[in-house]
Amino acid sequence: MPSVSEILETMDYGPAPEATGEVAKWLSARGAFGHYIGGRFTEAGETFDVANPATGELLARVTQGTGADVQAAVKAARAALPGWSKLPGHDRARHLYALARHIQKRERFLAVLETLDNGKPIRETRDIDVPLAARHFYHHAGWAEMLEDEFPGRGPVGVCGQIIPWNFPLLMLAWKIAPALAAGNTVVLKPAEYTPLTALAFAEICAEVGLPKGVVNIVTGDGATGAALVAAEVDKIAFTGSTEVGRAIRKATAGSGKKLTLELGGKSPFVVFADADIDGAVEGVVDAIWFNQGQVCCAGSRILVQEGVAREFTERLAARMAKLRVGDPLDKSTDMGAIVDPVQLRRIRDLVARGEAEGAVLHQAECRLPAKGSFFAPGFFTDVAPANIVSEVEIFGPVATLTTFRTPEEAVELANNTRYGLAASIWSENINLALDVASRVRAGVVWVNATNVFDAAAGFGGYRESGFGREGGREGLGEYLADAKIKAKADPAPPPPETAPLREAPGIADPIDRTAKLYVGGAQKRPDSGYSYAVRGKAGVIGLAGLGNRKDIRNAVEAAHKAAGWGKATGHNRAQVLYYLAENLAARAAEFAARLKSAGGPKPAEEVAAAIRRAFWYAAQADKFDGAVHSTKSAHVTLAMPEPFGVMGIVCPTGAPLLGFVSLVLPAIAMGNRVVAVPSQAMPLAATDLYQVFDTSDLPGGVVNIVTGPRDELARTLAAHDDVAAIWYSGDADGTRMVEEESAGNLKVTWSVAHRDWSGPEGQGRSFLTRATQVKNIWVPYGE
Amino acid sequence: MQVERGHPLSHNERNPGVPLAADWFDHVAVNKPAAERRAATLTTRRTVKKEWQAAWLVNAVRCIDLTTLAGDDTPDRVRRLCAKARQPLADHILLGLGLDRLATGAVCVYPTMVSTAVKALAGTGIPVASVATGFPAGLMPLNLRLAEILYAVDQGAAEIDIVITRAHVLDANWSALYDEIAAMREACGPAHLKAILATGDLKTLRNVYKASMVAMQAGADFIKTSTGKEGVNATLPVSLVMARALRDYGARTGSRIGFKPAGGMKTAKDAIAWQILMKEELGNDWLRPELFRLGASSMLADIERQLEHHVTGRYAASSRHAIA
Repeated sequence: MPSVSEILETMDYGPAPEATGEVAKWLSARGAFGHYIGGRFTEAGETFDVANPATGELLARVTQGTGADVQAAVKAARAALPGWSKLPGHDRARHLYALARHIQKRERFLAVLETLDNGKPIRETRDIDVPLAARHFYHHAGWAEMLEDEFPGRGPVGVCGQIIPWNFPLLMLAWKIAPALAAGNTVVLKPAEYTPLTALAFAEICAEVGLPKGVVNIVTGDGATGAALVAAEVDKIAFTGSTEVGRAIRKATAGSGKKLTLELGGKSPFVVFADADIDGAVEGVVDAIWFNQGQVCCAGSRILVQEGVAREFTERLAARMAKLRVGDPLDKSTDMGAIVDPVQLRRIRDLVARGEAEGAVLHQAECRLPAKGSFFAPGFFTDVAPANIVSEVEIFGPVATLTTFRTPEEAVELANNTRYGLAASIWSENINLALDVASRVRAGVVWVNATNVFDAAAGFGGYRESGFGREGGREGLGEYLADAKIKAKADPAPPPPETAPLREAPGIADPIDRTAKLYVGGAQKRPDSGYSYAVRGKAGVIGLAGLGNRKDIRNAVEAAHKAAGWGKATGHNRAQVLYYLAENLAARAAEFAARLKSAGGPKPAEEVAAAIRRAFWYAAQADKFDGAVHSTKSAHVTLAMPEPFGVMGIVCPTGAPLLGFVSLVLPAIAMGNRVVAVPSQAMPLAATDLYQVFDTSDLPGGVVNIVTGPRDELARTLAAHDDVAAIWYSGDADGTRMVEEESAGNLKVTWSVAHRDWSGPEGQGRSFLTRATQVKNIWVPYGE
Repeated sequence: MQVERGHPLSHNERNPGVPLAADWFDHVAVNKPAAERRAATLTTRRTVKKEWQAAWLVNAVRCIDLTTLAGDDTPDRVRRLCAKARQPLADHILLGLGLDRLATGAVCVYPTMVSTAVKALAGTGIPVASVATGFPAGLMPLNLRLAEILYAVDQGAAEIDIVITRAHVLDANWSALYDEIAAMREACGPAHLKAILATGDLKTLRNVYKASMVAMQAGADFIKTSTGKEGVNATLPVSLVMARALRDYGARTGSRIGFKPAGGMKTAKDAIAWQILMKEELGNDWLRPELFRLGASSMLADIERQLEHHVTGRYAASSRHAIA
């Protein structure tokens, strides 16, 4: 050890290691870990090694979960469900409160264990991971207490399978388990194979606080164990991890009826405008990409800097990077610890090497890395082309890309030039500019002049291929509540379209021949196929409808994208259009009733009247279904804004050809979405008659596009379309599975809409609007 | 660089100043929440333990401007303070640390106490700093404030801690602020000028940055946070902004400006926190008394207790240490 005099010369920090004695004792006392099922640990089965990534040393042996293990855990969770879900909210709150307290009582133990297992610095586990995990349980103890008051008529989903990643093991466990338990669900959680230890320590806490047996079950293992959990008899899967695995889970659960939330990857923009606090923004990068070794799904990994300050910013960033201390994660003065596993380290090295090979210039801190263990020096790329692999692919390591932009328009364009949409960070001292960009960036979480700020009261989750569903706050809790039960009605399958020429004139007394074309971009278009198909009423053929195909869907989606102004219109403006639509529909009520009557509808006049009321109801909601200001941290405004998806596909039920159509299309457009709708295949004329109503109601062209034709073929094209953000499908089980499978391509949000009594209360409501929106949380810290 | 016995600032090149250039600071952006986040994590990202902690506390001692600025100051009180400055740690502590001698960075007093302090510190090389210019409010005619500087320098002060007219900052009257400080700088002659910005009165971090920059342009050798008399004195976010301002000034001019937080820092922990800030934002040179001073009085007592604990392993009592 150097003397005081010597240190006075160097003014080094010196070592400051956190003690590991308690954790070492715990690990050696436990030996090999089994699973935690039904309130007790099983005997260890076939095990795998869990190592400390900073040293490569063995920490523990943990059981590889088998299919039978998963089934036993699901069975235990199923058995515990009735008791837990019927427990009064207050009693569940007490349990959650106890879990929070115990996490706090064990905070140093959990922080050290997490650092040993994951490799992240003790500063982060001590100051961020563990406190946030405790906060999550406290917050959700509150939700358990008030569940019945705040969500009347809603209950738990059931048994939830939860699969969490290795980057924030305990925190992700908290994000999954706390809301599930608050809402009365029971869970089977599989931690990541690299980092299962804090979950096992948490299992002991569950036992210690007397949580009823089977409410929380922990099964360890690798991807195969996860796949077994996805396939098991669970009611919901909640997954956080890579987009690749998320896609596989979407496909695997297609048609199963399992509720699904996915929190996936990202390539989040970090936008620095010329008027920003440059030092603040540089420090933001430290908290973005050099936080947790860059292994953060919402890391600001694409730095976009306005040209005028790019040089200054880059110089300061390099200077700041040189100050980072990389090394022993247990040292209290370490900024960056170890990469979680040698496999991940190789992936980072490979991607960085490819980025360089493709012409990007790597700036890397010249820090001394420990001789052993999985370490990677922090860095960033400049001169990086948009098509460079490191611009597109999530590196999941401590390396960002830095590119420049000229104008706010270009910043938004670059920010959105990604398949992901998890988070964004915007740096500007101009509130007009910052909020404008915040509103235009396609991401579920936006931090203004900040980054990686989290709180249990705010929702977290992505747009686009970053997944769907939210975690945290009111919107997160909703993901663990079953939808209100509805009485599903059988919907007759439509017969195949008849395209052969008719042998007789259609049985209606129209003086002039009328052919319903498609409705695309506000104009009637002939179908690309050049075919029409017969529409049969109760007394034979009553008309012809265009036989739409995939190209018509393509054109309709393009037209819908062009109508982007609709999403920016005020709620009031949209309401005015919907009222006008109701007015014009009312003016032609008799004509619509006659059409429905000829189609054999049971109560045509009532159906038309209900459609008019529906237009009024959604007009009323257009400027009232608004967001929230979450109660998060002091001196922060956290805005939860429901935003339209953009372009949605809506495949309407066969029955209730008018009311089913308006019940789905109106809530979507009331929220600012543009819609490509496939009306009832058997009776599309009720929808095609609406063209003239739309035209006379000031509905901008492209907001509603209608393609008639074979339902499932058109649904497949919509579901597989990468530029459609959400799809609602009302059809049969096979169609539902097909739509959910195809939706995996861009991970669009899907809703399988049961046919129902559309005239009753189940035919409208706020739940439709919730389904038609995604919540963006915008964080604005303030203070001068 | 070993601290010389002798005037620590005499080795430091003076800041010649530059003409007022408002474009260096007019559009400065300082985001307060971001500055506060950085300040809050400085001390959670870094720590010093054991020998390193002891060394950092010793370093703090040699950077302290041991201060008494009270209405009831008397020559005897000042002599007692000077005795503490000459021998800031008890002998057994110094011995236990393996050091042979140690002194504070300076002693800081009112102008009428300068001659007493100079005599008391004769032969030690410890400089005497004097506040001047109508400390602490500075609301006196400029000629009187300049006369006060001349008096203090004449009495033997090697460093003059001036206060600025806060109104010039609040009114954004930069030329008035510049002219006033430049005149004070001239009055200082060979004495080094430390400009007290009274940041607690300036309120916003942008004001702090702007005032820092004007003071440096006008030739301040040090910028200093507070008189110790404002409602809020030295804070880490304010210090962060001032450190960045002097970094920016240095980048433009090549001049190295010193930094002195003052007021409100009472503990050994504070001493470590501000040194971490200096090391992280500016580098090791700003851990030397040439470029870094801690304006404090009671902090030394806490440091001495901590160092005694380091040496003996027993928790210390202040009553067993010589009072400042």
